[in-house]
Amino acid sequence: MKKFGGPALFLDRSDINTDEIIPAKYLTEITKEDLKPYLLEDLKLPGFDPKSEKTYGAGAVVTRANFGCGSSREHAPWVFEVNGINVVIAQSFARIFRQNMFNCGMAAIELSPEKIDQLFSYAGAADAAIEVDVANSTLTIRGGGREESMQFEISPFDKALVLAGGWVDYADSKY
Amino acid sequence: MGMTTAQKIFAAHLVDEPFAGTKVLGIDVVMCHEITTPIAIADLMARGKDRVFDNAKIKAVIDHVTPSKDSKTATQAKMLRDWARRHDIKDFFDIGANGVCHALFPEKGFIRPGNTVIMGDSHTCTHGAFGAFAAGVGTTDLEVGILKGVCAFREPKTIRINLNGTLPKGVFAKDAILRVIGELTVNGATDRVIEFGGPIVDGMTMESRMTLCNMAIEAGGTSGICAPDRVTVDYLWPFISDSFASKEAAVAEYSKWASDADAEYDKVIDLDLSNLTPLCTFGYKPDQVKSIDEMAGQPVDQVYLGSCTNGRLEDLRVAAQILKGKKIAPTVRGILSPATPQIYKDAVAEGLIQIFMDAGFCVTNPTCGACLGMSNGVLAEGEVCASTTNRNFMGRMGKGGMVHLLSPATAAASAIEGKLADPRKYL
Repeated sequence: MKKFGGPALFLDRSDINTDEIIPAKYLTEITKEDLKPYLLEDLKLPGFDPKSEKTYGAGAVVTRANFGCGSSREHAPWVFEVNGINVVIAQSFARIFRQNMFNCGMAAIELSPEKIDQLFSYAGAADAAIEVDVANSTLTIRGGGREESMQFEISPFDKALVLAGGWVDYADSKY
Repeated sequence: MGMTTAQKIFAAHLVDEPFAGTKVLGIDVVMCHEITTPIAIADLMARGKDRVFDNAKIKAVIDHVTPSKDSKTATQAKMLRDWARRHDIKDFFDIGANGVCHALFPEKGFIRPGNTVIMGDSHTCTHGAFGAFAAGVGTTDLEVGILKGVCAFREPKTIRINLNGTLPKGVFAKDAILRVIGELTVNGATDRVIEFGGPIVDGMTMESRMTLCNMAIEAGGTSGICAPDRVTVDYLWPFISDSFASKEAAVAEYSKWASDADAEYDKVIDLDLSNLTPLCTFGYKPDQVKSIDEMAGQPVDQVYLGSCTNGRLEDLRVAAQILKGKKIAPTVRGILSPATPQIYKDAVAEGLIQIFMDAGFCVTNPTCGACLGMSNGVLAEGEVCASTTNRNFMGRMGKGGMVHLLSPATAAASAIEGKLADPRKYL
């Protein structure tokens, strides 16, 4: 089974929009790979450097509410995908971004504000990393000598999309 | 228990319910543009499945960057154009006939009450103004829509917004929707449909209803929806007159899609807009809204009039009414992009384009261009635009640029003064 997660990138703000994830001027690219150098390029957060090794080495994103609001551009999940990030964990998502993640066979996981706070308590650990077991709806975070696991809820359809590798494969075999 | 419009449309289009809460719908209209479709086309080709489920139900337009500005956008346009020809997609709109998708497709009569509509564009919610369920989707949903004619949704609950009272002079649909977004916040309608009703909506033109529904996504909404009525039928009549004996018959037929009186809503919000003032956004989120009274006087470098929100004829008319015989401030760049060729032609015929040009506006061809900072009016770092568009995200119209969202009337007044200005004194 495909492995989900990796080094954690903490983006501590709500309402991060798709223009911040991938600016519109790069929507003229016609392959996903070409988006690679532009990950989170316009996102302004204290202490956040889009061009850092931390950003480009991440495997999972942890963030707050309404992540991925704005445009429908699937370039947002794609710029994560081509940079090795296949999990985004947030308090909530904008609908289209959330669906796009699952449609690409990636995981958009919603957790309560308390659990998100708990994950953010690892933000200071340079080695913070998250491992997600989609089939069993559990995630584990490790870092700074600590470790804990938690359950998450995922709809059976979203889980099926992740396990099928995305909506095209799922739909093509079924409809 | 009665049903909402959205529930009726879901029930009528249900193809499969693979899991409780997930509904796969048959799609009546799959709309495509040159930014989000080419990667779907490329993927279908790579899979050996370069097919379309129904070439009459697929509509395509080159609108985001047109005429193409460079090799990359020319390639995107070519991919869409070649694909449309290959599959004999009759309703394909290229240079000379193209315009902003969410203004062009309604104008062609493509969207009917009770329809399901998807497009790889978040402002697809606009088409709910016709009593349709219209949702923006990503490229993968679009790809499956093109191939199979289906799309999966969590069935959304409906928030009912009643706009009560009457809109005062100088206050328009744009101000009303900014008020609603301020009320709901940017994610207050996530996984919800926003149904607009009440006396103000009943009295609105289709253009104004489209302005309302267009920005449902800015509150996170899946689709805007207005109940189909006589106004809807009058707008669609050139396209439906062969199908109905009379307009009354059409109204009677389409009314079946309206929400039942005893429909169950997630929430009902009553807003009396009788004392509403012109509004304007102040930050980088569309729910950051203030009265123009508080914002007036802040300088702007550019005024942009256009987009799927406010590039229609009634928008041009009200702006021209304010600009007639006046000059825009010398410090301001005024840009008008009529949303479709028909709107452009009508504006020429009515003398509106003359008024804009005499006032000092640059009039561009129909395109999405500046709204998302892709062409035709990109801002420089630190510049400010008073804009009739729908998103004020940081850098949306160009890296480091700021956008104030406002009505066409407020945009016109701001152009004259070179700073955010109250349109009421010009009307």
